[in-house]
Amino acid sequence: MNNLIRRIALAALALASFSAVAKDIELLNVSYDPTREFYREVNTAFAAQWQRDHGDAVRVQTSHGGSGKQARAVIDGLGADVVTLALAFDIDAIVDKAKLLPPDWQKRLPHNSAPYTSTIVLLVRKGNPKGIKDWGDLVKPGVSVITPNPKTSGGARWNHLAAYAYALKNNGGDVAQAKAFLAALYRNVPVLDTGARGATTTFAQRGIGDVLLAWENEAFLAQQELGPDQFEIIVPSLSILAEPPVALVDRNVDRRGTRKVAEAYLAFLYSPEGQRLAAKHYYRPREPQHAAAADVARFPTLELVTIDGAFGSWAKAQAEHFADGGIFDQIYAPR
Amino acid sequence: MSAVLDLDTTTNAPPPASRARRVMPGFGLTLGYSVAWLSLIVLIPLAGVFIKTSELGFDGLLRVWTDARVLAALQLSFGTAFVAGAFNALAGTLVAWVLVRYEFPGRRMIDGLIDLPFALPTAVAGIALTALYAGNGWVGQWLTPLGIKVAYAPLGIIVALVFVGLPFVVRTLQPVLAEARVELEEAAATLGATRLQTLRKVLLPTLYPAMLTGFALAFARGVGEYGSVIFIAGNLPRVTEIAPLLIVIKLEEFDYAGATAVAAAMLLLSFVLLFAINLLQAFAARRAGRVR
Amino acid sequence: MNRSTSSPTTEPRWLRRLLIGAALAFIAFFLLLPLAAVFVEALRHGLDAYLNALREPDALAALKLTLLVAGIAVPLNLVFGVSAAWLISKHDFRGKALLVTLIDLPFSVSPVVSGLVYVLVFGAQGWFGPWLIEHDIRIIFAVPGLVLATVFVTFPFVARELIPLMQEQGRDDELAALTLGASGFQTFLRVTLPNIRFGLLYGVLLCNARAIGEFGAVSVVSGHIRGLTNTLPLHVEILYNEYDFVSAFAVATLLAMLALLTLGLKALLEWRHGHQLAARARH
Repeated sequence: MNNLIRRIALAALALASFSAVAKDIELLNVSYDPTREFYREVNTAFAAQWQRDHGDAVRVQTSHGGSGKQARAVIDGLGADVVTLALAFDIDAIVDKAKLLPPDWQKRLPHNSAPYTSTIVLLVRKGNPKGIKDWGDLVKPGVSVITPNPKTSGGARWNHLAAYAYALKNNGGDVAQAKAFLAALYRNVPVLDTGARGATTTFAQRGIGDVLLAWENEAFLAQQELGPDQFEIIVPSLSILAEPPVALVDRNVDRRGTRKVAEAYLAFLYSPEGQRLAAKHYYRPREPQHAAAADVARFPTLELVTIDGAFGSWAKAQAEHFADGGIFDQIYAPR
Repeated sequence: MSAVLDLDTTTNAPPPASRARRVMPGFGLTLGYSVAWLSLIVLIPLAGVFIKTSELGFDGLLRVWTDARVLAALQLSFGTAFVAGAFNALAGTLVAWVLVRYEFPGRRMIDGLIDLPFALPTAVAGIALTALYAGNGWVGQWLTPLGIKVAYAPLGIIVALVFVGLPFVVRTLQPVLAEARVELEEAAATLGATRLQTLRKVLLPTLYPAMLTGFALAFARGVGEYGSVIFIAGNLPRVTEIAPLLIVIKLEEFDYAGATAVAAAMLLLSFVLLFAINLLQAFAARRAGRVR
Repeated sequence: MNRSTSSPTTEPRWLRRLLIGAALAFIAFFLLLPLAAVFVEALRHGLDAYLNALREPDALAALKLTLLVAGIAVPLNLVFGVSAAWLISKHDFRGKALLVTLIDLPFSVSPVVSGLVYVLVFGAQGWFGPWLIEHDIRIIFAVPGLVLATVFVTFPFVARELIPLMQEQGRDDELAALTLGASGFQTFLRVTLPNIRFGLLYGVLLCNARAIGEFGAVSVVSGHIRGLTNTLPLHVEILYNEYDFVSAFAVATLLAMLALLTLGLKALLEWRHGHQLAARARH
């Protein structure tokens, strides 16, 4: 037994010393769930460009997870050089709780610091058996809707707000009716997954639900990965312009001396190559002229409301809808 | 191991502490080390939960603790864990008994599999169980026509917790059963006891402490379980939303104090329950000693 | 144990069969089926896809990290377990039930919370966070954090396994050895240890298995950096979230096989030393 312990300890030490080598420039991009495939390609392309221009090898590490959870990890000390999250509110939280970057971060990069956008669409099963055409169909009895929990998922908040914006518009701005619409919608939700990816799996793999509310890029990806002949994307009459923002984490890059590389990394997202990759991975590029025409042609045009236009700001939308006692909680309050 | 009588005098009525301390070595060393390590790894970090909670103040704490949704989640977590623990205490005892006492093909293999729930990451277990018990799963497709809904219902949570807690009961009972002296059963039989009487009067009393321990462990583990449950539960507020998920939700809102308040409630409740079970177990152990 | 005991100490054959059948049915539903589901999913696209998933560098890095973390956490808990079990089973003192309960506490702490407590202590906003950042010491989102969370989660395993066993065995053997002039440490090594080695082994194996499979707590302190702070269970989650179900389940089978391997080791030990252990149990 003693011998065994000694051997385990030795092995542990050997492993520990083994893992502490390799020193190039390392960059950590803390991102949210649906960007994995996109950033994997961006990281390789950026590393090649940096090596070509500066001769140094850059290795970009990425960390993925629910947007709020990732923001919390950065607040608690995960050493992110850049954050690329699902919504501005989560980066605001990093400013608020840990003061790692200035409050005006969103003004520092073009287009509200969002190099690409997306929107919320409806994914239905092949042939659209329930005949779902728009948000209004989701509250019909017998229609089962899959969406993640807006308390834990950034994507679900966009879903929630898009549905609310639709209801407001169709009821002439009547807040009470819009709330009732949301309540009816959530009554049709049998499972609230904690993240967007979990919801997609529930819908696609478990066969639960008639319609999935999803990021446009996720809907395309799910269609491609999980069976092109099984699902159809339904574009609603109105949706929300989702702007997933990116930001430099000043305190971290200055401590680690990586500001230059990190800035170049974010600039790369706005470059023609970055825009092309975004469109390839189903994100709507800000400058479509740089993307492949075939990729851009996949994006349907539809009426999009913005957070600032329809809800004032993320902070306001968050407080009104998702904070403790907000509209989402009221919907689930005892009736 | 001789002198059954001697054993009686040491376990039956605990002797004055001073005597045991004088005879048995290592009291100071093991006490010091155990308490220090326990404090460092468990108690001091856990104190962080309570200190963070105190930021809420008494009113804030009360507001969290009396929130209907928090109460529903706590009730669900403790209720399902209790049912799963009780089920495991019975089924696990049966499994342990069969594994220790009977010889049958594949016994060793089954024995090896018991620990699977420890080793399989809870998330994988959750995914696998959901795949099995969802309406289109291997098992689910047979249950759905019968009107039994497992996945995305409280029953699914119980299934996941039974899976997670099973090894606790079996592994607690196995060594005790293996050590239980067959001579005692033989003696009882020689003295004219029927098999049932022997089991009830001789064997079972020695098993109660271990069964209780196993139940307590499975129950305690089930209360806090997160990884496997969130996949199979459905997570609907007030219906299938477990307390650990509520903690995560509060964290996602950057409400650390609220999250730790729920955590503190769970900790206190678990602690009280575990303490009660341990007292009960000590009582059962004393009775077991007396029977022998 | 004597398995060929005569009828007074066993049950009638029909009852034995019934009990075995019930136990097997239970095991089949709750253990075998989920396990089978994992393997079926892993092999859905054939053996090649399965093996490719395991050969992936990130999967290997995750495997190494998992073994490293378990390799540090398990011995730490082994020492504590033996010490605590000796204290509780061989001594009488006030507050014993309280101590036992406190040892159990990590079981009842939600994995989410067990990760969170270290974030509260060592996180950037925590008690020691600013000091740690100043001195560039990384605990959370690095290996030490993973080890701490794993130690916490597996804390009671060895102790919990030993306490009932050592209580059951009583103190006579040790008292006899001490009376005959053995020192305390000799008594422990020569008398107690051989008596408890089975239970100790169980405890270590359980502790190890749980350390390897822990998900919730390490997920909080890991930071999820591919190839750096991803343990195997976290890697499974990442793959699953990439819709790479085959790879996810392939890595999960790796974990299942790690468990089966340790259990195979246990069976081997039992087989080689079984007769000695059995002999000791009967005297």
